[in-house]
Amino acid sequence: MEKSELPDPFEKARVEKGFGKLNDQDDPVTMLLRLKDVRKTAHNYKTFQSAAQPGRIVVPSEVNIRDTRQIPFEVDPPVHGEYRAIVEPWFKRPLQAEYQEKLKEQIESLVNECLNNDRVEVVNQFALPLQSRALTLLLNTPFSESETWISWGTHVFRSEGEALDADKANILYDYIDQQIERAIAKPGEDMYSVLLSSDFQGRKLSKEEVKGVMVLTFAGGRDTVINAVTNSIAYLAEYPESLERLRKEPEIAGKAVEEFIRYFSPLTQMGRVVTEDTAVCEHAIKADTRVSLCWASANRDAAVFENPNEIVLDRKINPHVGFGFSHHNCLGATHARQILKILLNTLATKVGSIEIQDYKENIESLDEFERKVGYDRINVKFNKLT
Amino acid sequence: MAKITFITSDNESITLEGSSGSVMALAVENGVKGIDGDCGGVCSCATCHVHVSPEDMKKTGTASEIEADMLELDDNADEFSRLCCQLEIGDHLDGVVLRVAK
Ligand code: HEM
Ligand code: FES
Repeated sequence: MEKSELPDPFEKARVEKGFGKLNDQDDPVTMLLRLKDVRKTAHNYKTFQSAAQPGRIVVPSEVNIRDTRQIPFEVDPPVHGEYRAIVEPWFKRPLQAEYQEKLKEQIESLVNECLNNDRVEVVNQFALPLQSRALTLLLNTPFSESETWISWGTHVFRSEGEALDADKANILYDYIDQQIERAIAKPGEDMYSVLLSSDFQGRKLSKEEVKGVMVLTFAGGRDTVINAVTNSIAYLAEYPESLERLRKEPEIAGKAVEEFIRYFSPLTQMGRVVTEDTAVCEHAIKADTRVSLCWASANRDAAVFENPNEIVLDRKINPHVGFGFSHHNCLGATHARQILKILLNTLATKVGSIEIQDYKENIESLDEFERKVGYDRINVKFNKLT
Repeated sequence: MAKITFITSDNESITLEGSSGSVMALAVENGVKGIDGDCGGVCSCATCHVHVSPEDMKKTGTASEIEADMLELDDNADEFSRLCCQLEIGDHLDGVVLRVAK
């Protein structure tokens, strides 16, 4: 197996049955594995709801570690749409030239720094700082905040070995509470202040609602971006011809980003709570149990993708669900896409080759399945383009 | 060269000329409201959904299977729906009128 490969552990179950079973903290999950089923289920919010007990649609479940409802994530239409309308324009700011210019500066300076080192641990020394610094642009907060976020390490909710860690979650919650109080005392142009002054159903958003949006923004955009960045570096290390191609044809970077999102599927799955007895791919599913939309499996569905286990850098038709599908599709996608696109173009113009020195894979254990999502650590050397 | 007319949800009509690339890219470059093209045209986001004027369907053709599968779950979709990133600009599209779905 190549070092950068992310094998598809779901193929057999997807082809033979269409679903898998996962027992998560005695609240079992039926994992839906086929693209069509995943899409249909994501669309049908009445039977497959997100507005369940906070934390329950996450796999592994977070019901025991939080009460705050994440917004708009744990809300169903039509109210979901009202929240979404408030936050959507803010999350589209990465389309502005000025935003992209700042992001480019951040990424270029990080890459330049790495070119002077003989050994760079990509997860902690590259992807984490990149993600944290970029988040200051999305939140419109001072750059120096990124130092605090970097100091939290890669696992805000998760710590090595055990799936869920309440202490780690508390660091984030306490931090966000403080920031909300600061924004109330001294409003500015940052995301907290903008949310606090937003109108919702004829009133302002409450502190608890603002917290629900902010927690989601921190949590949803952390591991996902870190894995996407790290996996991209590992792939380019093993495929110098792809780096070369991006150098010659920078215009394909957008398609390459979509293909990376499909192949890496940084978020493996997301759950829904079933509101009535139903069936998916001829399999009965009981009310008040959970299903999951397994984006990672759907994105390798050979019924839709030719050569699904291959990275085709300029794949032209690529109806992947790496950023989700329908009502809850990823709000941070505009930001994530810009990060990855600028990263690819920066690497192509500055880096000649990347050597992998050593690494430890990050494997998710999902009962029947074991899925590699990225790396716990991976040391590389970036060589200057000469 | 093809002239393509977009009618936005607030009934504004914009006619643009193009000779290559996708209809989605033309619309995004010119800031046509309601066409975002989030995925850059790989058929994964459906933010480029338009309704083709019935009489222009013979110029655009109908949606491919993959496109139709995306549109099937779009509550606004009908038999004249297309994802316009899948429409390649060429002389054959001259004069088409597209109503922006969003
Ligand atoms: C490569 C990076 C990312 C991937 C692969 C990813 C993936 C996803 C997926 C699959 C969903 C759908 C969840 C569902 O249907 O329940 C989602 C939703 C969401 N993501 Fe992302 N995400 C990424 C980056 C980000 C970033 C950077 C942010 C913000 C900083 C973010 C914020 C959100 C939010 C707020 C939602 C909920 C939207 C809603 O419920 O309406 N994501 N993401
Ligand atoms: S631009 Fe994404 S589907 Fe057309």
